[in-house]
Amino acid sequence: MNSWDEIYKGQRPAWCPGCGNFAILNTLKKVLLEEGIKPHQFTIVSGIGQAAKLPHYTKCNTFNGLHGRTLPVASGLRFANNQMLVLAVAGDGDCYGEGGNHLLHAIRRNMNIKLFVHNNQVYGLTKGQASPTTTTPTPTKTQPFGALSEPLNPLALAISLNCSFVARGFAGASGLPHLNKLMKAAIHHKGFAFIDILQNCVSFNKVNTFHWYKERVYQLEGSYDPRDRAAAFTRCQEWGDRIPTGIFYQCQRPVFEEQIEILNKTPLTKQIFDFEKAKQEVNGFS
Amino acid sequence: MDISIRIGGAAGQGIQSIGAALAKFFCRSGFHVFTNQDYMSRIKGGHNFYQVRISELPLSAALDEIDILLALDQNSIAIHHHVVRETGIIVYDQATGTADFTEPASLAIPLALVATEANGTKIMANNVALGALLGLMGQDLAGINDIIQQQWANKGAELVRQNIEVAKAGYDFVLNHSDHRLAIPPPSTKGYLLLNGSQAISLGALVSGCKFYAAYPMTPSTGIMVNLAAQAKKHGIVVEQAEDEIAAINMALGASYGGVRAMTGTSGGGFALMTEGVSLAGMTETPVVIAEVQRPGPATGLPTRTEQSDLLFILYGGHGEFPRVVFAPGSPSQAIALTNKAFDLAEKYQIPAFILSDQYLADCQWSYAELDTDSLTYTDYRLRNPELEKLPSYQRYQVNDTGISPLAIPGESSHLVVVDSDEHDEDGHIIEDAATRNQMVEKRLFKKLRMLRKEIAAPELIGHRQPEILLLCWGSTYGVVKEVTEILEPDHSIAMLHFSELFPFPASEEFAYLQLLDQASQTISIENNAGGQFAKLLRAETGFGVSTLINKYDGRPFTTTNLLGELNEFLG
Repeated sequence: MNSWDEIYKGQRPAWCPGCGNFAILNTLKKVLLEEGIKPHQFTIVSGIGQAAKLPHYTKCNTFNGLHGRTLPVASGLRFANNQMLVLAVAGDGDCYGEGGNHLLHAIRRNMNIKLFVHNNQVYGLTKGQASPTTTTPTPTKTQPFGALSEPLNPLALAISLNCSFVARGFAGASGLPHLNKLMKAAIHHKGFAFIDILQNCVSFNKVNTFHWYKERVYQLEGSYDPRDRAAAFTRCQEWGDRIPTGIFYQCQRPVFEEQIEILNKTPLTKQIFDFEKAKQEVNGFS
Repeated sequence: MDISIRIGGAAGQGIQSIGAALAKFFCRSGFHVFTNQDYMSRIKGGHNFYQVRISELPLSAALDEIDILLALDQNSIAIHHHVVRETGIIVYDQATGTADFTEPASLAIPLALVATEANGTKIMANNVALGALLGLMGQDLAGINDIIQQQWANKGAELVRQNIEVAKAGYDFVLNHSDHRLAIPPPSTKGYLLLNGSQAISLGALVSGCKFYAAYPMTPSTGIMVNLAAQAKKHGIVVEQAEDEIAAINMALGASYGGVRAMTGTSGGGFALMTEGVSLAGMTETPVVIAEVQRPGPATGLPTRTEQSDLLFILYGGHGEFPRVVFAPGSPSQAIALTNKAFDLAEKYQIPAFILSDQYLADCQWSYAELDTDSLTYTDYRLRNPELEKLPSYQRYQVNDTGISPLAIPGESSHLVVVDSDEHDEDGHIIEDAATRNQMVEKRLFKKLRMLRKEIAAPELIGHRQPEILLLCWGSTYGVVKEVTEILEPDHSIAMLHFSELFPFPASEEFAYLQLLDQASQTISIENNAGGQFAKLLRAETGFGVSTLINKYDGRPFTTTNLLGELNEFLG
């Protein structure tokens, strides 16, 4: 009864058999158990996409909102309750496409939000259109002459914005113990932590298959120093025959909500509203 | 006594600080004051004006004729000299303008020179003008010292002293160089306070327990964010400037889900971006208050001007079908009360609630003896501990008789709070079956709407009880239509019906206003838009078609003067 799949048992997933999402979901459940985080002690905020269904498939507080809007909702929740562990789960289209602007500003704010992006380099829910990370010039039904835009490098973007925690994981079996460590490191990080998680899409991505990733993915060497931003920027450019995973960059930056004085002692949601004091403000208006 | 002073000049010349000081002076002296502003979408240059109307009687609108024009540039003389009454006067600086006419009277004051001769600097010329205006109105100058003190306090005592000196010099200049005086009777003993629509909505939010406000700056809604930010520390409010309006409403929803009363504000263009978030609030049943401060559209329109053209947009903005309430206050005092009611109903029914304002309401100042707080309410409708923790189970979307499921806070108990933008079951999980869908629409929409309708107040009738002519209005036109009705009522069978609670549309049970409409020979909908949106709503909701529309869509508000002119042909 105390196993991870019992404690965090959720709805029956509607994902395709063989989807990389299963491995990410199960790794997350193990991390939560190992960290002693009970279902009511955290909230998963998600948007729309296959990845965004994840909170339903575990047991937790859930805000499953709109496509691309994961991070603003997660931010609002942190403003209301800065004692709540807030995980934001999104896909590559959700976070890098529709929600691109929110990602920029969430990184800038550096609120204590853990963002896990399931990056399969394709749109799954809408059936196979190019995503912001699709390799050029892959043809799709909506891009019959090939996806022509330069693929987004989410790690380079995050490092350029001085994101305080930037990592890449891999959802293949060989990468899961590593992903487990990355998720734990993200949860323990003070500030905005971002993990781009490479996963396969069995239905729509025939290029970046499980085997394609498996042959290329490796872990950053032990001597790698994630405090070196220039090195991080260099290493995150590596893509093709060899794809590094691990914590690329980590720094200490002021956490946004910690700089708001009124949140220092009690979360906003637990602060009792003083109606009489507020009425005096109206009465005393001049 | 009914005196209007118009201060005209270019953006950046400080007309607002002169106008604000003047308004405050007369208000504190015990006069009723109404101020309105006309400004361009630029920081320097162009042409703006600030108008202050003063009377012993309550005021709720502006006039077109003025008694004093303070022209800080030649452009102001050219634009406004024809609206100065015969008995009025134009004050200008010969360094920046000329008055090549004999009527109305004019007085040239070398503002910068007077300032420097009084040991001030050229930049203090505006206070020379302020002193001069008070001289022309025969006021005791002592009252201005406190106001200057407040305006300049953060610049140091020496600058305060210099500015007071300079104002005195302007005052003395008038005494020495002009016999022109406007007759102003001694004031009542009691002072008034000044309040504009933006301040009122902010106060309404504050007194309703708003703890989170997220917005993206957009004229003319930004004042709400500025005012709340100023109160943030004292009243424990977090104000966040979001990256865009989409983020703003989603942040507000995230905060509301987290357990705090949350609000966002914008103008029409920003609201266009928010609509998917409004729909999200509807589906997830997350309470949120949205202030939409209208300006003329479409698109960027006239960014700093006024219009009532987003009524239908607000009523229908957001895909899908879900309940909402829409309020359009007619005055700052109504804005406090209706913002309070919006917060109350948003949380009670777990719906989006709208405050529809506009540039005119946002920027106009009304004078009040005091602000009523007795009618304000605060009820915490959330399900909190210890009750929450005691429940054997919790379902965010539990189906019950009222349609209002218990609203719990995530993390407060061992119960999980699951909300979803997909259609969902009682637990908040995704479903696609028809039976659950029907059950949820019944719960979310029909059951709540039935109860919501009973919360809506009837329209306000002012004037004749059985009028031949019935003027219909909504939102910010309240004041001007009221003033016009009161002017016409002694000689005509006329009344006005003001709708400040627009949706759900007021039922006719409590007050049979439809009967009044049927019995009136003329029903005239007065709207600051081109399409007569309220008249359309009235027809859609009641089947009643008004006989006449009076529309104004030039980006300027109705004034008492021009509305009287418009109504003239219907008076018989």
